[in-house]
Amino acid sequence: MASIEVQGVSKSYGTMPVLHNVDLSIQDGEFVVLVGPSGCGKSTLLRMVAGLEGITSGAIRIGGRVVNELAPKDRDIAMVFQSYALYPHMTVRDNMSYSLRLRRTPSERMAQVVSAAASKLGLETFLGRKPRTLSGGQRQRVAMGRSIVRQPKAFLFDEPLSNLDARLREQMRAEIKKLHRDLGTTSIYVTHDQVEAMTLADRIVAMNEGIVQQVGTPLDLYERPTNLFVASFIGSPAINILDGILRYDGEHRLITLKSGEQIPTASHVQGHDGQAVKVGFRPEDVQISHQAEGGFMGHVELVEPMGLGTIVHIGTTHYALKAFVLERVDRIVGTSIPYRLPASKLHIFDAKTGHRLPE
Amino acid sequence: MTPSARSTSYWIVHYGLLAFYVAFALFPLYWLLKVSVTPNDLLYSEGIRLWPSRSSLAHYTFVLAHSDFPLFFKNSVIVSGSTAVVVTLISALSGYAMSRFNFGGKMWLVGLMLVTQMFPLVMLVAPIFKLFAPLGLTNSLTGLVVVYTAFNVPFATFLMQSFFDGIPKDLEEAAMIDGASRFRAFRQIVLPLTLPGIAATLGFVFTAAWSELLFALMLVSKADASTFPVGLLSFVSKFSVDFGQMMAAGVLALIPACLFFLLIQRYLVQGLTAGAVKG
Amino acid sequence: MSTMPLHEEAAPRQRAGLRNLTLRLEPYLYIAPSVVLIATVMLVPLIIGLSYAFRDMQLINPFSGGFIGLEHFRTLWTDAAFWLSMKNTLVWTFASVALQFAFGLVLALLLNNSFPGRGIVQALVFLPWAVPTFLSGLNWAWLFNPVVGPLPHWMAALGILPAPENILSDPSVAIWGPIVANVWWGIPFFAITLLAALQSIPQDIYEAASIDGAGPWRRFTDITLPFLAPTIAIAVLLRTVWIANFADLIIVMTNGGPADQTQIVSSYIFTQAFRRLDFGYASAVAMVLLILLLAYSFVIILLRQSLLRR
Repeated sequence: MASIEVQGVSKSYGTMPVLHNVDLSIQDGEFVVLVGPSGCGKSTLLRMVAGLEGITSGAIRIGGRVVNELAPKDRDIAMVFQSYALYPHMTVRDNMSYSLRLRRTPSERMAQVVSAAASKLGLETFLGRKPRTLSGGQRQRVAMGRSIVRQPKAFLFDEPLSNLDARLREQMRAEIKKLHRDLGTTSIYVTHDQVEAMTLADRIVAMNEGIVQQVGTPLDLYERPTNLFVASFIGSPAINILDGILRYDGEHRLITLKSGEQIPTASHVQGHDGQAVKVGFRPEDVQISHQAEGGFMGHVELVEPMGLGTIVHIGTTHYALKAFVLERVDRIVGTSIPYRLPASKLHIFDAKTGHRLPE
Repeated sequence: MTPSARSTSYWIVHYGLLAFYVAFALFPLYWLLKVSVTPNDLLYSEGIRLWPSRSSLAHYTFVLAHSDFPLFFKNSVIVSGSTAVVVTLISALSGYAMSRFNFGGKMWLVGLMLVTQMFPLVMLVAPIFKLFAPLGLTNSLTGLVVVYTAFNVPFATFLMQSFFDGIPKDLEEAAMIDGASRFRAFRQIVLPLTLPGIAATLGFVFTAAWSELLFALMLVSKADASTFPVGLLSFVSKFSVDFGQMMAAGVLALIPACLFFLLIQRYLVQGLTAGAVKG
Repeated sequence: MSTMPLHEEAAPRQRAGLRNLTLRLEPYLYIAPSVVLIATVMLVPLIIGLSYAFRDMQLINPFSGGFIGLEHFRTLWTDAAFWLSMKNTLVWTFASVALQFAFGLVLALLLNNSFPGRGIVQALVFLPWAVPTFLSGLNWAWLFNPVVGPLPHWMAALGILPAPENILSDPSVAIWGPIVANVWWGIPFFAITLLAALQSIPQDIYEAASIDGAGPWRRFTDITLPFLAPTIAIAVLLRTVWIANFADLIIVMTNGGPADQTQIVSSYIFTQAFRRLDFGYASAVAMVLLILLLAYSFVIILLRQSLLRR
């Protein structure tokens, strides 16, 4: 087990830059998730740590040692691929023991290690079978078993659950988390699914267009997103964003929306009068009130019952937003609905830069 | 085509056309066989009959027992077999490189291979002869193998590349992370999965080398290094053509080529499909 | 903490800076055997062979070998036999490729669906490819000979010929003999290539089209053909070039006659080189052929690129 340091790493394919000056420090035993939309560079970064892609500039250290020049096989890391990449012509047992055979491990020890990993993952009955006879979830476990057997310095996961159906994904998520708790191996996990990121990570690295947007615990990113991208990416249903102007009359700060409505903000928000801003508020923070007392009015456009709660689409003359409530909503489409936007739950970003306004 | 139920008239047309194709493909071969069992005296008088009134295996006996044909046959087997194996090895390497790597000069290599398919090989006979003679490669089976290998490597590379394109890169990457060098991953993981491709390439090259006439004729003048196409031509003398014997020799020569080809043609289609869309 | 036995540690080796170099060299190591072989056995002789075009190389004259510049090309320009062979090459190539393609395509379409007996049928119709070309040339020459072959008699019975005669001795139609033999031999190549391409077309596109209301003909023209177009272009290119160079059948069946009516450029080269033993002139003709084929290939490749872009 080891720490992983990414220092000033950039990557270009020819003249096309893909990663810009990434700095990341992963502690020994930490579970870090790289999350972002397709093309943001997260897989590229993972593959650079693995040694499957070259490093254009910067340094990557595993366990304190610079690994830029090391081949993948010399970096002592294990990787779980999205497609599992199981060797089709070998049995499960041979798949899992391949790396040990390469190192000329004596067969007794090999058998021991493989059966220990197999029992941990519930694969004992499958050891003699070939990958094509297994289901998606079983194959995923074999891929993980292959990694565990080596007891490497770090685990790298490249969107391992993307090919599974929703139910299986839930199950495997829990298993991966339990496994990490048991083994405590440093792990880097790449995904585009923010639910996976939130549930699995000790820390999340949100990336967009090759640049690290924010690094923090899941709750950090949820409660204090540093910019518009992170705010929109994390949280489901997605955050509501409205355009507005910050107004400061010396005493009170508020935000004027295009509709003329005014939203009071928390007093320590820093920004100058007339600054164009974007206001974000999560659907779960929109309060549906019962009377229009000091709040806003809209009409119900759509009601989406989810079992756990309900998403209500609210429309006004100038904007539309979504609210998420934990109860049954009996509103009829078209009726009016009052709501409030509490100041403490607002996320305010500068409209030009997208950065969060400091407080 | 949609997997819907088809009408009987469709199937009639379908099988009718196929019957025509099969008949067209097999008829000349059938005729070859027919001539080979027609005794000499009936060759011209019964020329147009579909089967001779009196068939005999005299031609076969002659070819097998009284001519150099068994020697030629053996030489052909050695040359074609060796060429097939060597070409498959070399083109597996280059096909793998074309499939997995993007390297400077790749386009030039493709161009080079295309160009080699384009010029009349006739032109190369004299220069190659001049190059090979001092090296002792004329009148030798080795010389033929060298020449045939060079001729077949371009298409074989293309074939192998198609097969490799059908195998996900993930597998080598997983192996390299597991601790294998790329070459080891190539040997232990990728190659075993391309057995159909290897079969197809072996079969294709064997067939091509088996039928080669020009260089076999020009580079070899001594009987002990001649292959069977040369042997067949020996039945054409200044005065007459021994058709019966030539056809018997032809039928014998056809057997290995046809057998081999029958076995591997399925893999040829498979392999070309794997990389077909990428062209 | 885990209960696993001791792990195996990899032995790390530092190869600072060397790794990038090794990575960059890797592909070249893989292609080296092929490149070396092709360069020495094909390229070098090619260049030497082409150089003969500028020299006087008569095998029977031991004093020949001198440099004569463009002399051969001037002779070429006025050589009626050469121009005739060019015309014949066009007829030969065009007819062979068109017929092979048409029949090959139909065969590929027939084989694309599964039906009982498909495996055997497929193996049988592909068999002609395994037959050595000169053997099939001799065989077909035999088949076309009215004394010993059935074809002239069948053709007369069907009305194609007025009387059973040998088409190979009739200057106006002799070329069709080798063409038929070439088509027989060449259908499998097209069929195999096109079948492979057909089988890579995803089935659901056809299903979507038939739901949209397209009948079998429309599905063919709107889906099959566009999908096949790049493959068709490359296959046609390769075969045209190959057939233009393919003299075996003609030499064996008609030897270029009668009256040079079946002589194509590559058989002309063969005659000049090995019958008249004039290697210089033969090389000049070969060079012209090579340039024409290169130009043709270039055009087709450009066409294919534009097809792929759509």
